[in-house]
Amino acid sequence: MKFKHLLGLLCAASVSVALAGAASAQDKTVKIGAIFPLSGNAASAGVHAKAAIETAIDIINNAHPELGDLPLAKNAGLAGLGGAKVEAIFADNQGSPAVGQNQALRLITEEKVVALNGAYQSGITLTASAISEKYGIPFVNGESVAASLTERGFKWFFRVTPVASDFAKIYLDFLKDMKAAGQKVDNIALVHENTEYGTSVAGVITSVFKDNGLGIAQDIAYSANTTDVQSQVLQLKDKKPDVVIMISYTSDAILYAKTMQALDYKPPMMMADNAGFSDPSLIKTVGKQVQGIFNRSSFSIGPPGSPTFLINEMYKKRSGDDLDDTAARQMQGFFVLCDAIDRAGSTAPEKIQAALKATDLKPDQLIMGYKGVKFDDKGQNILASGLVIQLQDGENYVPVWPKERAKTAPALPYKGW
Amino acid sequence: MSSILVQVIVGGLLLGAVYALFSSGLTLIWGMMNIVNFAHGDFVMLGMYVAFVVWTLFGVGPLVGAPVAALVLATLGIIVYFGLIRSVMRGPMLAQILGTFGLALLLRYSVFWGFGANFMTLPENLVGGTFDVLGIRIQASRLLAGVVALLVTLGLHLLLTRTSLGSKMLAVAEDSTAAQLMGIRPDSMQAIAWAIAAAATGIAGALIATFFYIAPTVGETLGIVAFVTVSLGGFGSVPGALVAGLLIGVIESVSAYWIGAVYKDIVVYSLFLCFLWFRPQGLMGKT
Repeated sequence: MKFKHLLGLLCAASVSVALAGAASAQDKTVKIGAIFPLSGNAASAGVHAKAAIETAIDIINNAHPELGDLPLAKNAGLAGLGGAKVEAIFADNQGSPAVGQNQALRLITEEKVVALNGAYQSGITLTASAISEKYGIPFVNGESVAASLTERGFKWFFRVTPVASDFAKIYLDFLKDMKAAGQKVDNIALVHENTEYGTSVAGVITSVFKDNGLGIAQDIAYSANTTDVQSQVLQLKDKKPDVVIMISYTSDAILYAKTMQALDYKPPMMMADNAGFSDPSLIKTVGKQVQGIFNRSSFSIGPPGSPTFLINEMYKKRSGDDLDDTAARQMQGFFVLCDAIDRAGSTAPEKIQAALKATDLKPDQLIMGYKGVKFDDKGQNILASGLVIQLQDGENYVPVWPKERAKTAPALPYKGW
Repeated sequence: MSSILVQVIVGGLLLGAVYALFSSGLTLIWGMMNIVNFAHGDFVMLGMYVAFVVWTLFGVGPLVGAPVAALVLATLGIIVYFGLIRSVMRGPMLAQILGTFGLALLLRYSVFWGFGANFMTLPENLVGGTFDVLGIRIQASRLLAGVVALLVTLGLHLLLTRTSLGSKMLAVAEDSTAAQLMGIRPDSMQAIAWAIAAAATGIAGALIATFFYIAPTVGETLGIVAFVTVSLGGFGSVPGALVAGLLIGVIESVSAYWIGAVYKDIVVYSLFLCFLWFRPQGLMGKT
């Protein structure tokens, strides 16, 4: 009995010491730069990204024991740095690679951030991370999928999201399954916007499909800032592909949805590569005109009471929308970065870099449905994975493939409106 | 000619009519007082938001939305003239450019602040959906915009050439001191010009909103097209803007269909530069 009392006392003492330590670290904050498109054509995505990062910071800086094994949730602040708080310094990339680069420079040299996060558009992540590489500051990206980003031999760039080649593989396997089920998938059209994101994803899909005996019959590149897409839709109508794969941002995706209805064009099967077609404002505006579109995702909100469900509730309070795949991947990227800083126990760039390299998160420590987080030498997460979802009941995407993770079967043909 | 090509050309003409519609206000301001309104695209954007608000509050389409937008924008036009333009006109050219550019950012980010960054749209069937004419699909909303473009162009042209108000406005444009000696007040004439131009732009926005997305940054995308249309048509010429708009719409559509969407801007802008080489004053501009 006495021993237990003693133990109790010791515990209490250690807790109070820990608390005192935490108190003295209250004024210590870890500054992280967050570059997103807060204005410009992709502002809708940027605003959602900001809400996602702010939700993550709330989870990190305050105690959230209800969130299970999610790292940094249980206690307030970063335990590894004596309970230091995390602060995000947001910077607007205005949708321009040059601005994104300047913002990275400003955040590093003037705001003295210890690490960078962002920057949504692949083309901007490309330029912004070049600056962090030069200054030796870790850059963790949660959402940009252009393959080239991790093919530059960078030492300070880490990417948590699955990349274009992972998705291309998912699309391929999915289409093969559909073919086995009797759906015609021989004639495939790619419709993609022409910056780094659309071009590289289209390139990867083309080569992965070609290697596996599925040719791309039609390749339509366009500018995302376009005022009109009638001609592109008519090109599709002319060639009648079996499957149309859209790689678009939001504004152009809305125009395609509207124009396809106006010109009465429906492919037998339509797929989207996330981005624009995952934007909550797209679902609200033209969701009813793209019923049955397939999309990729690595996130699902989960059953009531689950950590992802609770996080979604917190996020919804900030943004007014449900957590979509893109915002969830951004949040995951931020968690991975903060977890590394926590484990590093220091804000020294080399220490954070070493901790990032040693990252080994298990599926139950993630909000995303990845198989884990572990980086290869190029800085790419080798355990990232995804699934195919479909817009079936008006407002919500449901997982439809692979079978073991599906909630319902894929519905074909494409319904449209 | 295949039916798809006919569809491409019809689509191009309707698109061009819309270009013409939202360019007429810009060309009028230029013609009246040699000021390039860089906030023009954002005036269109405001027209779109007015139509959206009218629809949200009263559930009615552009038949009400367009006149309301015209009224709101005309008021804004007068405020802008007296609050900003009148003073910057006395300054150097650079002040005029930066003044309206600053106005553009102010309008854009005010809307951003008020409505958020989310994209919005009006319901698809607000203006009668889509109908078939001999196998050619025509969107009622675009047709309405096209018809109004013709009416606005005709209206502005008649106003400037057939009415005493128009003559007074042109007199001020030509020589404001001389006009003043004839008993015309340049200030009122120019304020009226701003009101009319902004009203036309508001109508354009309200109509475009029926088939386009609505976002705070949409003015950026549309503004550039307006400048090209106006300089091809000839700065200051309202009928010129109509012809130029139709021309650009058709060239864009056909080249996007034949060559590819990423090349349409190359085609349009190289033709545009070639044309300006031979006729720098534009199609119908004065030398």
